[in-house]
Amino acid sequence: MTNENLVDAPLGTQKRRDPPVTEQLVGSPQGGPIRGAVHGNLAHDSAVKHVTGRAEYCDDIAEPAGTLHAYLGLSTRAHAAIRGLDLDAVRTAPGVVGVLTADDIPGVNDVSPTGRDDEPIFATGKVEFWGQPIFAVVAETRDAARRAALLARVDYEDLPHALDPEAAQQAGMGYVTPPLTLKRGDAASAMQRAPHRIAGKLRVGGQDHMYLEGHIAFAIPGEDDDVTVHSSTQHPSEAQHMVAHVLGVPSNAVTVNVRRMGGGFGGKETQMNLFCSVAAVAAKKWHRAVKIRPDRDDDMSATGKRHDFVIDYEVGFDDDGRILAVTGEFAARCGFSSDLSGPVTDRALFHADNAYFYPDVLLNSHPMKTHTVSNTAFRGFGGPQGVIAAERIIEEIAYHRGLDSLEVRRRNFYGEAGRDVTPYHQTVEDNIAPRIVQELAESCDYETRRAAVRDWNARGGVIRRGIALTPVKFGISFTATWYNQAGALLHVYSDGSIHLNHGGTEMGQGLNTKVAQVVADELQVDIDHIKITRTTTEKVPNTSATAASSGSDLNGMAAQDAALQIKERLIAFAAERWQTEAANVRFIRNAVQIGSETIAFPEFIREAYMARIHLSAAGFYKTPKIHWDRDTGKGRPFYYFAYGAACSEVSVDTLTGEYRVERTDILHDVGRSLNPVIDKGQVEGAFVQGMGWLTTEELWWDSKGQLRTHAPSTYKIPLASDRPQVFNVALASWSENREQTIKRSKAVGEPPFMLGISVFEALSHAVASVDNYRTCPRLDAPATPECVLMAITRLQASQGTV
Amino acid sequence: MTIRDHVRFVLNAQEIARADIAATDTLLDFIRNDRRLTGTKEGCAEGDCGACTVLVGRLQNGVLRYQPVNACIQLLASLDACHVVTIEYLSGPDGRLHAVQQAMVEHHASQCGFCTPGFVMALYALWMANPDPTETEIETALQGNLCRCTGYEPIIRAAQAATALGSPAEDSLNRERAEMSARLAALGDGRRVEVARGQSRCILPASVDDLAAILVDTPDATLVAGATDVGLWVTKFLRDISPVVFLGHLDALRRLEVTDQGIEMGAGVSYTDSHATLCADYPHLDAFWNRIAGWQIRNMGTIGGNVANGSPIGDTPPVLIALGATITLRKGDARRNLPVEDFFVEYGKQDRAPGEFLESLTVPRPAPGHLHAAYKISKRRDEDISSTCAAFNIRVEADRITEARIAFGGMAGTPKRATHAEAALTGQAWSASSFDAAAAALAEDFAPLSDWRASAEYRMQSSQNLFRRFWLEHQHGDAPVRLSA
Repeated sequence: MTNENLVDAPLGTQKRRDPPVTEQLVGSPQGGPIRGAVHGNLAHDSAVKHVTGRAEYCDDIAEPAGTLHAYLGLSTRAHAAIRGLDLDAVRTAPGVVGVLTADDIPGVNDVSPTGRDDEPIFATGKVEFWGQPIFAVVAETRDAARRAALLARVDYEDLPHALDPEAAQQAGMGYVTPPLTLKRGDAASAMQRAPHRIAGKLRVGGQDHMYLEGHIAFAIPGEDDDVTVHSSTQHPSEAQHMVAHVLGVPSNAVTVNVRRMGGGFGGKETQMNLFCSVAAVAAKKWHRAVKIRPDRDDDMSATGKRHDFVIDYEVGFDDDGRILAVTGEFAARCGFSSDLSGPVTDRALFHADNAYFYPDVLLNSHPMKTHTVSNTAFRGFGGPQGVIAAERIIEEIAYHRGLDSLEVRRRNFYGEAGRDVTPYHQTVEDNIAPRIVQELAESCDYETRRAAVRDWNARGGVIRRGIALTPVKFGISFTATWYNQAGALLHVYSDGSIHLNHGGTEMGQGLNTKVAQVVADELQVDIDHIKITRTTTEKVPNTSATAASSGSDLNGMAAQDAALQIKERLIAFAAERWQTEAANVRFIRNAVQIGSETIAFPEFIREAYMARIHLSAAGFYKTPKIHWDRDTGKGRPFYYFAYGAACSEVSVDTLTGEYRVERTDILHDVGRSLNPVIDKGQVEGAFVQGMGWLTTEELWWDSKGQLRTHAPSTYKIPLASDRPQVFNVALASWSENREQTIKRSKAVGEPPFMLGISVFEALSHAVASVDNYRTCPRLDAPATPECVLMAITRLQASQGTV
Repeated sequence: MTIRDHVRFVLNAQEIARADIAATDTLLDFIRNDRRLTGTKEGCAEGDCGACTVLVGRLQNGVLRYQPVNACIQLLASLDACHVVTIEYLSGPDGRLHAVQQAMVEHHASQCGFCTPGFVMALYALWMANPDPTETEIETALQGNLCRCTGYEPIIRAAQAATALGSPAEDSLNRERAEMSARLAALGDGRRVEVARGQSRCILPASVDDLAAILVDTPDATLVAGATDVGLWVTKFLRDISPVVFLGHLDALRRLEVTDQGIEMGAGVSYTDSHATLCADYPHLDAFWNRIAGWQIRNMGTIGGNVANGSPIGDTPPVLIALGATITLRKGDARRNLPVEDFFVEYGKQDRAPGEFLESLTVPRPAPGHLHAAYKISKRRDEDISSTCAAFNIRVEADRITEARIAFGGMAGTPKRATHAEAALTGQAWSASSFDAAAAALAEDFAPLSDWRASAEYRMQSSQNLFRRFWLEHQHGDAPVRLSA
């Protein structure tokens, strides 16, 4: 199958058996296209290792003799003063080597990623959430450490707690980080003048990352102040700096290595800092290797999740359903510390418009402190909570006006000048949402199927159907502008083999494969000649988190820069050595053509080495054009936008609220894809994860503040049988990034997550059928079967149809 | 009686013999930490994610059967005379990929790769049992495997494609079947096995009589069949379960016999093994059975264990109660029979004396004129614990309801009959209004709890609505009254 076939055609609308997507590019060793060129389908570089179990994760690394194991002792109160801490039984338990408390930290007892000094490794004086680490115990085996950790006697004096944003507001808990206001025009007066107004409230639940590989760090002490930490972190540089901060040593003493993660999704962006620090402190204290790996229940209790939001919105609109004014108050459950809640709640506001123009708008964030684990990054980073608010506003208008919600969406898309400025005053220059939506509506036969759904429901049966088509527009760049930089290190060895390293981390997204494709393409060598190596702070310094979907954009460009530097030196060398113009030097497959002469790449490199050409380069990239002034709420925080749309159809059992997704069609924009099969995998996976967020994934705290859904037995992510029964996913093959991104591609990690909203709105549509679509259902997320049944019951009660 | 003082089994190609095993030792820790076979992963340590899936081959009445299980909660000593197969054994000695692995690579079915070995092992087991599965069969086989990256679509495509890439007949496990069967038969020599580490003891009885004798001597022993619950006592609650007496290896407890009197099942019959027999008599259980946990757990877990552990949210007790099943309890040589509902005294308390064990269950054969249904409501459709679970057994004669046995799980501290609802139906006309009345009467039967699975209101309302579903389902109308399977 060719690349074009794959990306152009929706993959059929019936259950099907596709032929395998074989890797393209079979040709002679020299000449013709290389194996692994950009824009081609290429399997994940670790695919064979994955399926054979030979891919090495942190817990699989061979342990040096004498390796110790650390385990955290966690709070069993949501908010309490610590009146006493008796660790004698812990210390004397079998196999225990020692314990660590805040007093044992040589540097600073803080892992706040934003430098706010509000996130102790070990609580002192008080605990502020159930599951907060108070101490660590280090023992000869993990089992011994785990058992000993339960023997602590903590004397708590309970203090009042507030678990959710509403309770926090009522208790006057305040913010963990300064709030943001986005404002354009005069929303209050526009609202006053609007012919129609609706105010509502939407509660959106959080989400656990449920990466299959949990948190883990493995520290090996070195000489002097040195320590090497193997970990499963998305942000090795931050982990390095944080370990140095905690040990009280310079960053140059700490090395952090990441070969791969067993999933990250944002959950390992900042949350691993604590584990790396504990392992490193213990390793230095006892001069032995120390590993820390919490059990899944402790992982889910002690580390942050997606922020829950309570969103109060008001919209003013005209008879045709055109939005005139929007106000929104976005209150988030941030937890006990700031972590990344500032940029997360900011991004919620940045996406509260989704793909729609709000003529007058006022949006406020309320990053509420709560007595829960500090919430953190999760794919979309607040964006999904903004987008779902925009989609609810559209639905409200549609039900009010008796219009098809898709028509209301179309009428409110960003458009020409005058309708192209966001609430943060960035002009939308690349708006392809209308085209994406139009093409999807046609390919999935939206109009006909919507009519069929209404016909079905008109029969009044127990099983109702719903359908919804929702778009996404997602801003690409870290809103912390300085994060938009990356480095890469490229060595060409004298035998022609290539060693590639960059600052990004591999968590399954295929980043290493894509970046290697860029290098292969620039140097025109088969990708097999390029060795992708683990991410390490020793090779590329001061890297940004692999987050914000930015991995390929940033690291691909940095790697390209390195490859081009070497290539320029090689061209200059060839021109001089063979006495020709630089223009006559061409890199062809696994060879260099100089005039009429063709020299195999290894021989050419050997010649270059003998001529003392520098065959190593450090590449660098920083994203152009972007700027952001948070104080004024104005700027261009995003280099560009990525777009997509999904149409989902569901069936709902009105007796129990159970449902299933019958069909989903997706058309998604990744610009000119670097690797269509890998990008398609991101789209499919993100959709299902987004659907899980809004359906069965429910975080449930008891009244004492203990999270009771803390393992897959109680926290239910989608299974194979939950995915849409018919699932058609296509990439918009015509799309090309108008900005000069790496090979004109677009970021893909996060944007398709929000396509899951189509399932949520389809469920809402099915629910609305019980009162003949007169009311926009009060459906909150996650729409568990219970939540759906209760929404149905409320509508039936209000209509007297029970 | 001679006692063997070590457990012995085959791990991939290697024979393992160990005397030094604690009751709490798990297979996963053994293969990862002791044998350094790190391809098998720990994702949750509670049998819910499938990253630790391995195959266990065991002789059952002389026939070697391989099934996927969760190594994380499989207790090591229970594997005596078994063949444990891990991901490392799958590709050939020359490194050539197995058909399932090849298909997974070709269809881009791994992203982060951490769940992948577990998926490969589950699909390997499926491929051996059913090389050309339907999409539904694949989904059913993968109920016990979580993937957070791919959205599953490429994994399903890989499972379908594996058919064309290899034949189970040529697979090494099949080619070596006779040899391995002989090897396992020799390992399982019929002796009682006792192993220990320090004070932590494990006993594998030689026979059911031996089991009865051991329990008389050791009435405080923890009985472990599939370990799907006890495994979590170990991995999650760090409980000391010693001494442990294992049951899973006793053929006599896996007896499954259908007579005119009933379907008689030994307490060690797994969910998987009972499926076909029960559903032959009671087709309404077919879909329900596949909603009990995931495939690995259905292979490990037993109906006897599901009843004996007394959980209010087990899926089989409501069904067994509605069907009028009985259990046989044994202590020493004394046996007594009990209707299943009488076994559950109150939350955490069952009618089982020290030293007594559940030996078998008997389900009556179907009688004419009865209408049956079994419903499970859970947050996620598959591999979830019930919010509520209901089983209906209604006898209708001449348009009149003459008998009603209705049992619920998740609605009280024990699985329990809905006596008020039953009374509201019994003697009434076969009509919608009778079922509405019964639904209303259900409020007299139960005062459910609110927890993370469901609120009390939802438990009650959805349970009441199941009466309407039952009525509608038996009207043979055009409109569907349940979601498609």
